[in-house]
Amino acid sequence: MIKELDEKLMAIRTEVYDLLENNGDPHRINELKKEYLTLAKTERVHTPEERLYLARHKLRPKVDEYINTIFDDFFCQRGDRLGKEDESIYGGVALFRGIPVTVLGHRKGHNLQENMKYNFGMPGPEGYRKALRMMKQAEKFGRPVITFIDTPGAYPGLEAEANGQSNAISENLAEMSALKVPIIAFVTGEGSSGGALAIGVANRVYMLENAVYSVLSPEGFATILWKDSTRSGEACDLMKLTAQDLFGYGVIDGIIKEPVCGAHHDPVKVYEEIDRILMKELKRYRAMSAEDIAKERYKKFRNIDAKVWKR
Amino acid sequence: MDEKKDVTVCSGCKAELTVSEMMEYLCVCPHCGKHLKISARRRVKSIVDPGSFRKLKCEVPFLNPLDYPGYEEKISSLKEKTGLEEGVLFGIGEIEGRQAVIAVMSSDFLMGSMGIAVGEMITTAFETADRQGLPVIIFAASGGARMQEGILSLMQMAKTSAAVKRFSEHGGLYIACLTHPTTGGVSASFATLADITLAEPGALIGFAGPRVIEQTIGQKLPQGFQHAEYLEEHGFVDQIVERKDMREVLSRILKLHDRQKKEKKNLLDYLRIGRK
Repeated sequence: MIKELDEKLMAIRTEVYDLLENNGDPHRINELKKEYLTLAKTERVHTPEERLYLARHKLRPKVDEYINTIFDDFFCQRGDRLGKEDESIYGGVALFRGIPVTVLGHRKGHNLQENMKYNFGMPGPEGYRKALRMMKQAEKFGRPVITFIDTPGAYPGLEAEANGQSNAISENLAEMSALKVPIIAFVTGEGSSGGALAIGVANRVYMLENAVYSVLSPEGFATILWKDSTRSGEACDLMKLTAQDLFGYGVIDGIIKEPVCGAHHDPVKVYEEIDRILMKELKRYRAMSAEDIAKERYKKFRNIDAKVWKR
Repeated sequence: MDEKKDVTVCSGCKAELTVSEMMEYLCVCPHCGKHLKISARRRVKSIVDPGSFRKLKCEVPFLNPLDYPGYEEKISSLKEKTGLEEGVLFGIGEIEGRQAVIAVMSSDFLMGSMGIAVGEMITTAFETADRQGLPVIIFAASGGARMQEGILSLMQMAKTSAAVKRFSEHGGLYIACLTHPTTGGVSASFATLADITLAEPGALIGFAGPRVIEQTIGQKLPQGFQHAEYLEEHGFVDQIVERKDMREVLSRILKLHDRQKKEKKNLLDYLRIGRK
């Protein structure tokens, strides 16, 4: 159902842009706009499975778009300094409204070719080590760290295991927990497993309305519990992986509203909201000492116990 | 029937082992050396000085955050079956007179998976050791994060790793022993953050399970892949230690890390002797 609406709205939008560009018939444009609004009104609250569909949408904004629109003077940093460059993590130094920040995230491609190059946003240990290198450098120069989470999980492969996937992830968790600069994370698409958390131990975690964040992908969850990956829809309903669920648990700090039918229908709205949040948060952390920033983060995760969950 | 119950078949060489053999060899097959599953309680007994172990308590109320069908019943029956409160048995014990906080994960408890309770117990173990200035010894055995508690299980990875980091910054010694199996969310958090990492022979250790990897890369994995020996070869384990030697090795490591006060005193004694 969501797929149908998404495609219809996208088709109208494309046609309107086309007409606007080519000085098309204004009457037709008005007609299309009306049609769009009528259709948009039919949008219902999305089911978790629909949100998963949107979270994985191929047109959904990717990390490079977030970086290019929200930040200035981006300087890309590559390599883990241990022998490899992992392109499934993308990041570097940039300015946010004049303030130097370190910004990084999982990189998914805009098409198949790019996705092959970036390994579908599934980092190996080298990617996590590169991320940690950037974060430690941010600490050295007193730069806030901003991360964008969008991954099906850490890459499950022979080489990744041989090079210490477990160690790379655990190292990031431990080091991030004590980092002396603020870390702000945005779950923009899918956040699955330790692969997501490895750049997600942040002071503040925000999630896009249709993003999902879970212990494992729904397919993986269904495989482990029922030995049947085709039951992922059922898993979606059970897993409580939506922004609303996580906000209820206190695992995330805020939800970023998305346009009708997902961020890709009007990404600028989402960029503006992230910009606003970053301004607010960075202002708050400017007034805090390095020790207090680290302590705040420690406490946030220490307190995820039986008490966080109340009905 | 009854006779059969008293016999354990070795999963390595299919030899039949009697109860007394299992007891005597600490659940290691005397024929092929395969390290079979040992209960958390027996594990503790095999390394601490007799009568020195005091169990620590950590009250975690039962939670079913996903309302997972049958989860509560499953946990109650496991509690009864194993006699454990949750997936970790932990407390303070002595190894040749040296105190340490010892935590043993139980693979009998939903594959030793880490949910809120296990995360809380591991974190408490580090906090207790931190307060009392004691080393921590963890025997890891886990399939990873506990699916039935969803995202809250994932967050335990961050919580436990942060606890290790804090403990470590205060100068605490952490020894991890990776036993069969140590995978997923446990291998990717506190289990791989130790100062000294030991492993039991043949233990499966890795992030993604072999089946998942095989599906992903579409080919069979090489023999011995993700076994303790493979990890040692790739630089992720200090030593592989047989179960019968574990107590001695732990004792030696503890001795090498005796807290500074003692070291200083030893050094002074040494200097005094030297002067004579």
